Amino acid sequence: MIYIFLISLFFITSCAKKTEEREIVIWHWMTDREDAFSRLAQEFMVERGIKVKFELYAPSEVYSQKVRAAAQTNTLPDIFGILGSPRDFASFIKAGFVEDLTMYMEENNGKWKNSFYPQAIETVSFKDGNMYGVKPGIYGIPIDMMNIQMICNTEILKKAGIEKIPETWEEYVDAGRKLKKKGINVFVSGWGEVWLLEAMATSFAFNIMGPEKVFNTFKGEVPYTDPDWIKVFSLFDTMRKEGLFIKDSITMVNKTAEQMFANGRSAFTFNGSWCINVYKGMNPNLKYSPCLLPKVNRGNPVYIWGGSGSWFVVNSKSKYKKEAIEFLKWLTSSQQQKFLTEETMNLPSNKDAAEKLKGLLKEFALGMKYVTHPNFWPVHETPEVIEKFDKGIQLILIGKKTPFQVAKELDKYKKEQLKE
Amino acid sequence: MSKILLKARFEKVKVILVSHLICILVTIACIFPLVWMVSSSLKTQETVFKDFSLIPKSPHFKNYLIAIKEANFGIYFLNSVFYTATVVLAIIFLSSMAAYAFSRLRFPLRSVFYIMLISTMMIPIPGIFIALYVLLNKLHLINTRIGYILCQINAGLPLSIFLFKTFMDKIPKELEEAAKVDGCNKFQIYWKIVFPLSRPTLGVIAIFNTLAVWNEYLLAMLVFSDKSLMPLQRGLMVFYGSHLTQYPLLMAGLTITTIPVLIVYFFMHRYIVSGIIAGALKG
Amino acid sequence: MSEEKVSKLKDYLTSYLFIIPAVLLFSVFSIYPIFKILQLSLLKWDGISLYPKFVGLKNFIEVIKDKIWWKSFLNAGIITLLALTVQNALALVLAIIVDKDIRAGEIYRVIFYIPPVLSGIVVGLIWNWIYNYDYGFLNHFLEVIGLGGLKRAWLSDPKLALFSVAVVHMWKGFGWGFIIFLAGLQTIPRNLYEAAQIDGATPWKTFLHVVVPMMRPVFFLVSILTILGTMQIYDIIVATTGGGPGYATEVPITRILSSMLGSSRFGYACAEGLIFGVVLLAVSLIQLRISAMMRNE
Repeated sequence: MIYIFLISLFFITSCAKKTEEREIVIWHWMTDREDAFSRLAQEFMVERGIKVKFELYAPSEVYSQKVRAAAQTNTLPDIFGILGSPRDFASFIKAGFVEDLTMYMEENNGKWKNSFYPQAIETVSFKDGNMYGVKPGIYGIPIDMMNIQMICNTEILKKAGIEKIPETWEEYVDAGRKLKKKGINVFVSGWGEVWLLEAMATSFAFNIMGPEKVFNTFKGEVPYTDPDWIKVFSLFDTMRKEGLFIKDSITMVNKTAEQMFANGRSAFTFNGSWCINVYKGMNPNLKYSPCLLPKVNRGNPVYIWGGSGSWFVVNSKSKYKKEAIEFLKWLTSSQQQKFLTEETMNLPSNKDAAEKLKGLLKEFALGMKYVTHPNFWPVHETPEVIEKFDKGIQLILIGKKTPFQVAKELDKYKKEQLKE
Repeated sequence: MSKILLKARFEKVKVILVSHLICILVTIACIFPLVWMVSSSLKTQETVFKDFSLIPKSPHFKNYLIAIKEANFGIYFLNSVFYTATVVLAIIFLSSMAAYAFSRLRFPLRSVFYIMLISTMMIPIPGIFIALYVLLNKLHLINTRIGYILCQINAGLPLSIFLFKTFMDKIPKELEEAAKVDGCNKFQIYWKIVFPLSRPTLGVIAIFNTLAVWNEYLLAMLVFSDKSLMPLQRGLMVFYGSHLTQYPLLMAGLTITTIPVLIVYFFMHRYIVSGIIAGALKG
Repeated sequence: MSEEKVSKLKDYLTSYLFIIPAVLLFSVFSIYPIFKILQLSLLKWDGISLYPKFVGLKNFIEVIKDKIWWKSFLNAGIITLLALTVQNALALVLAIIVDKDIRAGEIYRVIFYIPPVLSGIVVGLIWNWIYNYDYGFLNHFLEVIGLGGLKRAWLSDPKLALFSVAVVHMWKGFGWGFIIFLAGLQTIPRNLYEAAQIDGATPWKTFLHVVVPMMRPVFFLVSILTILGTMQIYDIIVATTGGGPGYATEVPITRILSSMLGSSRFGYACAEGLIFGVVLLAVSLIQLRISAMMRNE
């Protein structure tokens, strides 16, 4: 009896309400920012009288399915984020789900646009002549920045007598040998999540052969068997031969790698700037510093992956487009950006907010000079080849294949794909 | 004579010892993660991967209070209890009815329907979530409890029908024959004889489905947008970000969510045993 | 219509009443998605665009030609074989022990169900720690007992990774088999054991002549469920190896997920799912057939 009563009670409560009022709904996946977002929404309500509702859907795999499902039924919220490759982003735009924001960005001599890091804008724009045929323009609002680089435990390096943080590949291998002799683990990474491996390998490739040649490879004009690519693969082979990484990095999830680095189990790691918050929680006394990536080709600049970490887009069919844009302007202004940075330790996308950064945040922010990101690139490799590329490097790391074998197989696969 | 007896007794003791040894070894392997979970829930983010002792030196019981508050467990807990109870009860009735028909009654296309109904447990449907979202949206059931519940009942049916039918096939038919002679119709036979005799299976099905519904999360994320409708697992996600995980709070939350399932299991398992005894007495 | 026919029709109709609720639910919530998958498997679709391209059977042909797809099948098959033998043997032995003295076994019964109940997050954390090369329990243990030479990167060694994952899966899964076996054993009338004992049968003989015949349907049930459950394994893999190193621990569902979410090829993923489903369905139907034949024997 009680049970039946409860059932009816639950159903009654679930069908009530649904009043019409001005409310902007935002979908996101950023668990760590849930609290900060809801406080900002309250503040905005007080300031401007517009209600903003943040809805969190996590983990990110679920989020991206929900967004796709909602797109199919035209039930996307006013503001949402898109997770996935530039190809997916382009697809959302071409299907007409995303508002072109160029006009708003360029208003008042590009006041809004210029308040961001240029790399942030680059992450969310499509350029003239992009390979997807998207109308050139700015389609998203960056709310934070990130970059992925080598990070070293300065305390361990000092103890091992390594005074200078390695800048070139030779110095890095030397340092690795020294550490190994002393029985210290050299490097740990969450390579089990292959995108980290991909970020590392392509960053090396940019340094070794320069961006143009990498793009030409994607276009199919340079084969993967090119000596420069073999060199990229050989770096991983060297790491294996010299034992320069903790053996099970190859299949490790990044959270384990972060945990190990935070507890001083390794001298180096390769991780993104979000790690500041992670390491702080696990070991507030950890002494570490971001150190880009060792240069293989000294003549070329260093590259690392980076850009806007999370960004929102505005639903082109939203009833409250104007309000949505007003809110995003407010959210990305210096004061709110500072608040978010303080709360969540993510790098701000707003340049003014970035100027006053301190400590590690500042060190990571300096890396923004060297960043590149798939969203900046004019061409992209197909997802199938990317998978073969990542898995191929894993096979080199376990010593099952040589760099040359991997290069040859990739080249063969790529050519087959190009034929189609 | 006594020598043989002694030997037999010795054999028996040996068997008992070996069985307990096996059980104890398996017990350690099973209980360790649970102990680790509880012990981690009493540590801090700093010590959780540093201090490997199972009994933390200064236990932080406060973690539980923080977890309950931050994860909003209050509403979610009620929701989960409601969803689990409703879905499991519905599955038990619908699947036992269907299984009874497949096991005992004769009608055209019987095996076609049977195979059809249990086939979905074999076909993993990629992107089923997107298809379900589109469907629920068409039916105006998106963001409603009823939509969520119906999907879950449907998801639990194949396995339950399959289990029920297998066990029902084993129940001797004599009792039913007698009831038929007494003039009972199908529904009476089902309700008064077959259903009570299936109590052990019922326990198994209740256990399986309770766990499945209690832990369900993905579908809830997809179907609901109102926080007030979401189940317990939604609360846990607060501690499990894509980059940042708050381990002690997560473990405290997980401890809170795991224990009810173990309790349900404990009682349901008694039900399995007592059901058998009751059935045997009647038989 | 003759009276006999009418009563037969009535009989059928009342029989259908039993299955109608299940069939109704099925036709709303299962047929639509299955139909949708069938439709999508013929398209080249990224999950977003509103105008997918029709490509006919191209997706299916590609899946069938994909060597890695079949390797993932083989991997899942190996784990399934291990689960069928090792995991189920353990479950059965434990069920028999507990069944003998059901009251004393009460604690064990709860304990053996802990692994299935535990959240995947905890399982991932615990096993990643046990297998960790640097500070993991297993390597540490080997060193302590003087077998330091056996230290391995359990999850990154291509020869071991699949077995390491299989161990986790079996540990997590034996509780299910245990419950079903126990429920089955409990339905065996006690007097059959007593009769066997009076006849002077050894425990082994009792097992062969009393337990096995009575439990045959339960064995089939558990083996079908083990096959279905193990072939569809993926969460443990995602939490430990992510399918690596290389393709050493890729299984069908991880492949489907990476086609769908990793490379946004929804049509292709649907084709993979259908092929996988058809194989599983065929295996299950064959098993059901055999089981039915053995019952009629």
